[in-house]
Amino acid sequence: MAYEPPVTDYDEIVENGTCAFCGCNCDDLDFLIKDGHVVGVRHACRLGASKVMEDMDQRLLVPMVRDENGELQEVDWDTALDKAAELIAGSVRPIFYGWSETSIETMKHGIHLGELVGAVLDNQATICHGPSLQAVQNVGYPVATLGEVKNRADMIVYTGSNPMNSHPRHMARYSTFPRGWFRQRGRFDRTVVTMDPKYSDTAKMSDIWIGFEQNGDYGFYNAIRAALRGKEIDQDFVSGIPKEDIMELAEAMKNVQFGALYFGLGLTHTLSKQRNIDMAIEMLTDLNKYTKWVLTPMRGHFNVNGFNIFMALEMGFPYGVDFARGYPRYMNGETNTIDLLTRKECDVFMVIAADPGAHYPGGAVKHLAEIPVIQVDIHWGPSTEIADVVLPGSFIGLECAGTSYRMDGVPIYMKKAIDKPETCRDDEWIIQELHERVKKIKAKEAAVASK
Amino acid sequence: MEYILKNGIVYDPANKIAGEKKDVMFKDGKIVEQVSSDAKILDVTDKIVMPAGVDPHAHVAGPKLVVGRIYRPEDSRKGVTSKTDVCRSESGFSIPSCPATGYRYSRMGYGTVTEAAMPPLEAKHTHEEITAIPNIDITPLPLFGNNWFVLQWAKEGKIDEIAAFVASWLRIVKGYGIKIVNPCGTEAWGWGGNVHGIDDPVPFFDVTAREVIRALAQANEMLGLPHSIHIHPNDLGHPGNYPTTVNSLDCVKDIAKNGSKRNQTIHLTHAQFHSYAGTSWRDVESGAKEVADYINNNKHVTCDIGQVTLDETTTMTADGPMEFDLHELNGLKWANKDIELETGSGIVPFIYSGKAPVPSFQWGVGLELFLRIKDPWQVCLTTDHPNAGPFIRYPRIISWLMSNERRQEMMDNGEVRVWSYKRTGLGTLDREYDFNEIATITRASAAKIYGYQDRGELTPGYNADIAVYDLNPNDIDPSKEPAAIEHAFGNAMYTIKDGQILVKDGEVVKVVPSHTLWTDVKGFEEQEKTVMEEVMPTFTRFYTVKFENYQVQDHFTPNPTVTEVKASK
Repeated sequence: MAYEPPVTDYDEIVENGTCAFCGCNCDDLDFLIKDGHVVGVRHACRLGASKVMEDMDQRLLVPMVRDENGELQEVDWDTALDKAAELIAGSVRPIFYGWSETSIETMKHGIHLGELVGAVLDNQATICHGPSLQAVQNVGYPVATLGEVKNRADMIVYTGSNPMNSHPRHMARYSTFPRGWFRQRGRFDRTVVTMDPKYSDTAKMSDIWIGFEQNGDYGFYNAIRAALRGKEIDQDFVSGIPKEDIMELAEAMKNVQFGALYFGLGLTHTLSKQRNIDMAIEMLTDLNKYTKWVLTPMRGHFNVNGFNIFMALEMGFPYGVDFARGYPRYMNGETNTIDLLTRKECDVFMVIAADPGAHYPGGAVKHLAEIPVIQVDIHWGPSTEIADVVLPGSFIGLECAGTSYRMDGVPIYMKKAIDKPETCRDDEWIIQELHERVKKIKAKEAAVASK
Repeated sequence: MEYILKNGIVYDPANKIAGEKKDVMFKDGKIVEQVSSDAKILDVTDKIVMPAGVDPHAHVAGPKLVVGRIYRPEDSRKGVTSKTDVCRSESGFSIPSCPATGYRYSRMGYGTVTEAAMPPLEAKHTHEEITAIPNIDITPLPLFGNNWFVLQWAKEGKIDEIAAFVASWLRIVKGYGIKIVNPCGTEAWGWGGNVHGIDDPVPFFDVTAREVIRALAQANEMLGLPHSIHIHPNDLGHPGNYPTTVNSLDCVKDIAKNGSKRNQTIHLTHAQFHSYAGTSWRDVESGAKEVADYINNNKHVTCDIGQVTLDETTTMTADGPMEFDLHELNGLKWANKDIELETGSGIVPFIYSGKAPVPSFQWGVGLELFLRIKDPWQVCLTTDHPNAGPFIRYPRIISWLMSNERRQEMMDNGEVRVWSYKRTGLGTLDREYDFNEIATITRASAAKIYGYQDRGELTPGYNADIAVYDLNPNDIDPSKEPAAIEHAFGNAMYTIKDGQILVKDGEVVKVVPSHTLWTDVKGFEEQEKTVMEEVMPTFTRFYTVKFENYQVQDHFTPNPTVTEVKASK
């Protein structure tokens, strides 16, 4: 890493900005601003800083509509919005997907639009922490805010997660390194354990690394539970880990004052999927008979938790909510985006602040290429290549204020620091405008039918 | 717009009107004495007219509600309705979605509801939910009973600091009054522990519940807040807990009241869960007589009941250790949500089956309290929604309170088990509430307890929050017709909020945004400034959000109703 001198040439500093990258939502960022652009970011990790610093890289600036030759053509806002509204109003099985990188305020307009046209509203949980939510629905949800862990925890466990790469300030600001009320020496007062088949960067930072076999999660947690309950483990090795080590670890976990377990997609996407997390949650519940343990899923996007919270408070279900029948319906495997796409049910797809083109399985993307896709985003990406209408939004937490929910459910109002590019619009405005326009078309339809 | 509600039979306990045939007039959202001849007439001849309902304690908005909804889709799937021209879709039974919460309260003739536990760190979330709930005004109470700043000052007896802190924090998080939940016990839960009784010190902070309750009560009266301290005492749901309850109430007896409207200096919430005698679930007995006797003899206390409704529900409380105990008892899925420096909480589904002894016993204890507390101004009807049952069961509880025959029938025909009368005094009580007492415990007493100066009465100048029920009190014998009572109170003929007709014949006909009620203390600025200087270094070091991002910005309360209090020191 080359040395970079500190940035000294700036007009003003905006303090206490919130990072719009991962689920840590670090709210202590200082933006150094010159001529209406950010020239430096203090306190952010490299992921967060680069998102802010390179915000103009491949930036979508002008609304576009795909013409009959299959080329995206720049158009004015009215044309693009009318085209999108027409597509949405004319659809019978629309999906509005994404939302995890935009504000709650935007979602408020989105749900009204969804209810109006009978859409499915879904977010990235459907392809990442969906299994976690299923497990939560199976066996429980013992969580705590990150500050509880910072102030109390003397054991931190990361499993199926590599925060050194994915959530770089998680250890630094919340779990491992900071000095807490009861942990005045910070890192020295805590034991860090990584349970992961991979010897990840996080494992390198840890006091203990337990490298169980690939897909060994379920067996491993089961064995710890057996040990906690005083049962004899009859195999010498479970998931590649010697029985004695498991007994020793279970004993250590029982004897801490406050333990915290963080799990990531390594658990949700290996063989037993939500059953891995069932087992991890139940292990934690068992541990609470002896001492205090809490867990938190390592949510990826800064507002992926926010969408789940928002949908639950509005309609009672966290994701994959289908309004097609005029009431909210949530059935895993039936009302989730991937299932609807691979079954080729969806006829219009709107993506807001997400990139299904990059993340979906081939079958789902194939169907996307065959149906009209509306994209609301700030950057050009694979989804733009399959989009028929492109509506350039603005950068929440930098160009536009908005509410988001951290991975532990703490709400943060992310403030605005600079103005957005003149030709872009706020996500909130775009969705509201779409709602208005669709409402107008629908009102006309209703009038015709009633005659 | 002017209206006359004509020829109704009015129950307005605050104005000592108990079943008089008279007209109620309102104009531009307020009750008035006179209207012009242009006034629109709503004929409610011989129907019951009351102020709109006031719920003093429910959990309707906030982080733990959403955890409940996320982890219990099986509950959300109950009560799903299609959208209509007026209403959005509803979902949920014990933890209804936000729109459903507003519609359902509105259909029962309610106008104001307290959200009884707002964790300050996540206050923005609570306010977002309040904004999403239509048709009812909501009063959030922030949690102070396990706050680290409060624990430290309570230990040192620094009441001025606590008062200044409370004054600041009510403004910062937009809250109405002081809520205390299992003082010291929830902090002990930070280490997986609990405290027992009010003299058991919490680890590290080494302070007792008695000290915390007294300190917060003194601070409350120093500021002269509209509401008193609102307490969920230690040992909830433990057999033999009634002495803890009585001690908690008694420890503030000497503190003088400083609030214009209310009489009490302490409000005991969900008293039912705190009125058990015995030593274990094997030999548990009702302690309702002892608690009720204490309340009858002490005017500084008010309470609400937390009546068990015999439903499957979702329990949720900031009493984290209690919820884990409950999970160990019933084995159902356990959720927990601890909040740094402030509080904790837990959530567990629970089935209050009349076929099981313990829920039957709890059902009996709740009703026993209702029947033994003599002054209806000291008691309010609640289910501690959703803890003892969902709020949509209020009409059913009213029918139980008004009919001894129905209660006896339930005990005789096995709808509840024998513990309902063998372990409680319920079988010996034949008191029946009349409509005026019902009007008191469902609206007037709660409004007085909260010191509301604009609702809960049909006094000229007050908000035109009115409920009309399709019952002729001179024509019905509630004792014999509990089903008719339940139906009428569950489906208001009219619910009028700020002069607008929101419900007609049990259907929501109009949807309006809710208001958020919060208290702004004036005249304490100097002390607040000093205390903030003391708080900030600790805040910066130990919270994980910046103070700027901790505060609830004004736009989170788009329709505030602010009670200004002149602190009189």
